[in-house]
Amino acid sequence: MLQKIYDWVDERVDITPLWRDIADHEVPEHVNPAHHFSAFVYCFGGLTFFVTVIQILSGMFLTMYYVPDIENAWNSVYYLQREVAYGQIVRGMHHWGASLVIVMLFLHTLRVFFQGAYKKPRELNWVIGVLLFFVMLGLGFTGYLLPWDNKAYFATQVGLEIAAATPIIGDQIRTLLAGDPSIVGAQTLTRFFAIHVFFLPAALFGLMAFHFVLIRKQGISGPL
Amino acid sequence: MSDKKRVSRRQFLNYTLTGVGGFMAAGMLAPMVRFAIDPVLKPSGAGGLVSVASVEELTNEPQRFEWTVDQVDGWYESEVQRTAWVYRNDNDEIVALSPICTHLGCTVDYGSNEEYPDQFYCPCHAGRYTKDGVNVPGTPPTAPLPPIEYEVREGMLYLGEAQSEGGV
Repeated sequence: MLQKIYDWVDERVDITPLWRDIADHEVPEHVNPAHHFSAFVYCFGGLTFFVTVIQILSGMFLTMYYVPDIENAWNSVYYLQREVAYGQIVRGMHHWGASLVIVMLFLHTLRVFFQGAYKKPRELNWVIGVLLFFVMLGLGFTGYLLPWDNKAYFATQVGLEIAAATPIIGDQIRTLLAGDPSIVGAQTLTRFFAIHVFFLPAALFGLMAFHFVLIRKQGISGPL
Repeated sequence: MSDKKRVSRRQFLNYTLTGVGGFMAAGMLAPMVRFAIDPVLKPSGAGGLVSVASVEELTNEPQRFEWTVDQVDGWYESEVQRTAWVYRNDNDEIVALSPICTHLGCTVDYGSNEEYPDQFYCPCHAGRYTKDGVNVPGTPPTAPLPPIEYEVREGMLYLGEAQSEGGV
């Protein structure tokens, strides 16, 4: 049945080369944990991606209940966690996944660093990886404010002060982030929500696509 | 593989990997899907009855009564207004009707159309109902106005939710 549907589409659109190009490639022996168990270090990049997918999915579902408004944000989070079935689990996935993605990203970076996999011709992909790291930190920073509880509020207060410590344009950066020169409030929350849900994910997807294209283009770095 | 029923190594690996992958994906998605469809599966909280008027006020002519109920909408609680048309019919029974048109949910009025002074009239698409709430054939509504749950206690009329009979 599935085969027939596939054949029907393939006959007309010729999709086989498309997915072959993406999926059908050999995993070199030195990267395969089945050959050398120590090769599990090569999994960290994929695990980072896996956790990112969980973050995207759980985040999408959380926005079904969440409201980025100072009157309702905390109440909507409280409601989705306490009253909605599996709310605690879905929010928990997003909460713990946020930390886990940083851990995986860090392990992946360590592997690339200590194996020297960033060297020519892969310098550009290292730079993209660092940008991805910053985007992830940005997602963590902006997402932290969204529950609008005391911890979120004061953590953002501190984060904004750090941003304000930038030489010369510090105050402008702070205002740009918070939406107001002195208040951390309604405008800050909507801004952080927009950045967290639209702007940074867009940057993340673009950079990830570039990251993966370069891996396919250049292949995985050789054995040590 | 001479025997056709034997599973090849490739097939076996394909099945196990698909199975494990599917299991992981399902484990990941199941809570999220249940989370998303929760509003459908939540039992609707039946609102209580509210004292609206004295039964002595009721006449043979439908009168519009308004009252407020506390509505809990997720994390948002508010007071919302409810309306009902109430009268005593010829058998001296109380009839309480919801003003929500069964066509597309506009609010009907009683006797507001001069041509049909003893009917409920919906201004949106000229839907009409007779005094007992039955939709007039040939006008847009396909069902009668839903009756509203009521009770008489100590001479007071208590009104509740509209009893929707499948839909609206």
